[in-house]
Amino acid sequence: MRRLVPLALCLAATLPAAAADLNLTVEIPALKVAEYHRPYVAVWVERDDHSVAANLAVWYDMKKADGEGSKWLKDMRQWWRRSGRDQTMPIDGVSGATRPAGQHQLRFTDGKPPLGALAPGHYELVVEAAREVGGREAQRIAFDWPAKTPTHLSAKGSDELGQITLDLNP
Amino acid sequence: MKHAFVRAVLCAALVLPFAAHAHKMWMVPSATVISGDDAWVTVDAAVSNDLYYPDHFPAQLDQLVITAPDGTTVKPENAATGKYRSTFDLAVPQKGTYRLALVNQGLFANYEVDGQKKRWRGKADELKTAIPANAKNVQVSEMSSRVETFVTQGTPSDGALKPTNKGLELVPVTKPNDLMAGEKATFQLLLDGKPAANVKVVAINGATRYRNAQDEMDTNTDKDGKFSFTWPTAGMYWVNASSEDDKASVKEAKQRRLGYTATLEVLPQ
Repeated sequence: MRRLVPLALCLAATLPAAAADLNLTVEIPALKVAEYHRPYVAVWVERDDHSVAANLAVWYDMKKADGEGSKWLKDMRQWWRRSGRDQTMPIDGVSGATRPAGQHQLRFTDGKPPLGALAPGHYELVVEAAREVGGREAQRIAFDWPAKTPTHLSAKGSDELGQITLDLNP
Repeated sequence: MKHAFVRAVLCAALVLPFAAHAHKMWMVPSATVISGDDAWVTVDAAVSNDLYYPDHFPAQLDQLVITAPDGTTVKPENAATGKYRSTFDLAVPQKGTYRLALVNQGLFANYEVDGQKKRWRGKADELKTAIPANAKNVQVSEMSSRVETFVTQGTPSDGALKPTNKGLELVPVTKPNDLMAGEKATFQLLLDGKPAANVKVVAINGATRYRNAQDEMDTNTDKDGKFSFTWPTAGMYWVNASSEDDKASVKEAKQRRLGYTATLEVLPQ
């Protein structure tokens, strides 16, 4: 499945851009710790008043017996408070399994779920990671929507998150 | 016999906070913000000097009233009372806020028999038979106290938080399981269902063992019974209000002592 992602990106690059899009890279750092569990990660778009404009991704352990994985969703504390606690999991087209260390590319198109039609305005992209027997970190990237020109933005996590890049295309 | 002794000491502990700020009664849940449908919490309840280290007496679980988000009363599981603390588990299958309360209502009497000072604690209907006819200097007080904490599965709700309109009670303006460091939280204090104006409320971050001062914050309720705290740091906060009046429900009691305590978890940003 992951092999298809670069292919999809290549195809996207050769096609004329039909709608504004938002390309995201989230790096999960490789950590040298005695007990490693893949982090739970939530990615969402927040308005100035901290309300959630779009949930883009929620990676959690969906395979554990009896929905045991959902017990730790609350550890993504900001996401849980802003949005998670109002959701019924899994969220169609948003939630998925935890991912290993490495770079993960995500692409969202204006008007299509899960991004939907984002009203013009100022937003923050938030990436929050929480790891069992580990730490918690949230990184924010402020952006204006829609972008007038292709825009490259980034943030760098220090513990549970690595490099995060956000590319906006008009 | 042992039970009677524990009762006697406990009643002293319960009354003491009104006279001197010595012992604090509390309940601490293992978690207050919960996700997942098959969630449980485990709770400690005790009377202690330090927060939240059980070092004095266990709380009496016969006073425990747990209200589920739909307003029904639910039972704890695995309840046990040890030397210094009581513990119980609680399944939290419903979405919303659960209220856990230790509700204590009764009479407390001081009297003398043949020059010896005696103390008694019990229910109103036991008063006549409990105190001997030759007792002198009989002083009866009514006590009404409520020690609470809150646990929320999913989105906070108000269904379990309806006041009983008896004694001092907390009504949320800010939801009690939606507290973050650096943010202001507002609550309303009621006395017999009416706004309790001008009552002192204190808040202490629970990790007192790891600092040298109590770092007590205090404020007073306004004319609507409302008060606010802006939490300086994350932690389990012990929030307490107490007052006295002469509105006892039994004629033998001249005075009524009221207390309200909540354990509120404040999470980091």
